[in-house]
Amino acid sequence: MTAFLSVRDLSVRFSTEDGTVRAVDGLSFTLERGRTLGIVGESGSGKSVTNLAVLGLHDPRTTEIHGEIMLDGQELTGAPESVLEKLRGNKAAMVFQDSLTALSPYYTVGRQIAEPYRKHTGASRREARLRAVEMLRRVGIPQPELRVDDYPHQFSGGMRQRAMIAMALVCDPELLIADEPTTALDVTVQAQIIDLLQELQQETGAAIILITHDLGVVAGTVDDLLVMYAGRAVEQGPVREVLRAPRHPYTWGLLGSMPRLSGSVDEPLTPIPGTPPSLLAPPPGCPFHPRCGYVGAVDGGAGDRCRTERPGLPPGRGAACHLPEELQRSVFAEQIRPRLG
Amino acid sequence: MSDKVSPPGPREAVATGEPLLVAESLTKHFPVRGGFPVRRTVGAVQAVDGIDLTVRAGESFGLVGESGCGKSTTGRLLTRLLEPSAGRILYRGRDITHASRKQFAPVRSEIQMIFQDPYASLNPRQTVGRIVSGPMEINGIEPPGGREARVQELLETVGLNPEHYNRFPHEFSGGQRQRIGVARALALEPKVVVADEPVSALDVSIQAQVVNLLQRLQRELGIAFLFIAHDLAVVRHVSHRVAVMYLGRIVEVGTRDDIYGRPRHPYTHALLSAVPVLGDGASPRERIRLTGDVPSPIAPPSGCRFRTRCWKARDRCAVEAPPLARADGSAEGHLSACHFPEPPATADSGGAVRPGGRSGTAGQPGRG
Repeated sequence: MTAFLSVRDLSVRFSTEDGTVRAVDGLSFTLERGRTLGIVGESGSGKSVTNLAVLGLHDPRTTEIHGEIMLDGQELTGAPESVLEKLRGNKAAMVFQDSLTALSPYYTVGRQIAEPYRKHTGASRREARLRAVEMLRRVGIPQPELRVDDYPHQFSGGMRQRAMIAMALVCDPELLIADEPTTALDVTVQAQIIDLLQELQQETGAAIILITHDLGVVAGTVDDLLVMYAGRAVEQGPVREVLRAPRHPYTWGLLGSMPRLSGSVDEPLTPIPGTPPSLLAPPPGCPFHPRCGYVGAVDGGAGDRCRTERPGLPPGRGAACHLPEELQRSVFAEQIRPRLG
Repeated sequence: MSDKVSPPGPREAVATGEPLLVAESLTKHFPVRGGFPVRRTVGAVQAVDGIDLTVRAGESFGLVGESGCGKSTTGRLLTRLLEPSAGRILYRGRDITHASRKQFAPVRSEIQMIFQDPYASLNPRQTVGRIVSGPMEINGIEPPGGREARVQELLETVGLNPEHYNRFPHEFSGGQRQRIGVARALALEPKVVVADEPVSALDVSIQAQVVNLLQRLQRELGIAFLFIAHDLAVVRHVSHRVAVMYLGRIVEVGTRDDIYGRPRHPYTHALLSAVPVLGDGASPRERIRLTGDVPSPIAPPSGCRFRTRCWKARDRCAVEAPPLARADGSAEGHLSACHFPEPPATADSGGAVRPGGRSGTAGQPGRG
């Protein structure tokens, strides 16, 4: 049986004035119903672009998409707009980072929640309004029958994020893509929203893709983790395994860069030197090799392989790195782990 | 990156630990105007409402809180970018609360600021050299060896190539731009730097580079930092002492270990427990779930401002605002503003809120 969502060898390229941006390059992953996949990476790593491509939310004039995106047995790459329109907001929905720009200031919150419901189910105005009230109640907005007529600016940041989740869930989507849903929120509210997403997933059994830059957020939330760098997946696996014994030097770098809430503070952080590469001209071979401290450890020293040959990502659990797996484990255990406190 | 930094110039030296920048009952209310046809003041946003804090020479003082708690306003008041509504600001014992431009001039160079947004805080039409030498120009400072040499030295100090003197900000990445902002702040050899969210616009790996840079400068130049941020882990990493703000007031202040290891104010406790951490998932952490949002600073709750979200609130909290004071069992200098403080921590003081309810918060709030 094939997976509920399966992305195979996805490439997304944008043509710009300066040349072609290889935003996503050869990405593959699968996701089952009721499971949550976390995608982490820094800005420009391709994590958002991937998901916009899944929902067909890109500009077809400047974007080139190759590869295969299968949602519940239906091919989405190259699918006509009419098919994607039926899918968006219905079978698959998205929660965005910035609720202030994602909601229209001209319409009431209730109307914005009701609209996709009417469009996809053909419900009447009255039914849709009742549904909107019910959705607001489900996401924990107090006095939903009154707040349904409020405009977005009358909601606080956390409430707007809840309203956007209500909007995304109004048609009971089977796939929910949440793109940095808590980044704009304060920590105490962030915790509420993460809890809410998990509760709703338990009720509906939806598959969730959670895109974030914060490894802390994915740690307690997702089942599987995909780490992206420069448009490529560099490491994947069950979240506990990836965080307990990460194998890719980039993942080590991310962990070493994070200040902690406990443990020693005397050690300086260990940042990744340099900056991410330009996606107009990504480096040949492994995209991380210009910043990697372990190039010399591959194949006895010269590291030519890292500079010329692109490492593959093994399916399931693994890292796209030329370091032999034995070495990945031992370097982490002996050199990286002790520094993480 | 150069590892050594040239020591500060031969101005009046400060002794480590000397109170440098002091706020006393500092208050900033922004008037809210409304009404028709005559607009009049109908209320005030009580952004900062009577806070006391002291930044000592050579220390790094962290100010944390959620958005709208007044931490940035505090930073702007202390650097005199905003005029306080009430209270006093002392710099090395001198009252600078309402100092005129002229009176403030000699002090201005000793208090500098680093801003959050590395894209908005640098003039895109000026070269890096011009940006970094700007403060020297304005203050008429002619360093020995010339301004250009000094700028190049500063660029090297912050880990940039001194040859990039003639480049423009758009040629640099976000992290590099923030380094330019740091070089500019250092140009006048300040004694205090107010850094308002200096790393929150940066990606994690770049953020770590800038955090390490600030720490190195703080250590080697002995500059005092007021480090304003919402990220509790970053503040813990860089600060010697920490103050937690909520809705315009400081609710708790103490050493890093006091705040992160033995928090007494329920808000501090809840804040710490809400931060997602990288655990192995084996030991579930105690989580205090605060319900609702921060109330409006236009009409803050009476008494204790946290009471509307606090699971310990009783009648007294609505009537009487708790003073910022040392609670029974707290260390010297560890102050909290709560009528019913969290119990003092037990023997293990590992430095963080531990998994599994060490402080026994009875009657945890349900989630809304």
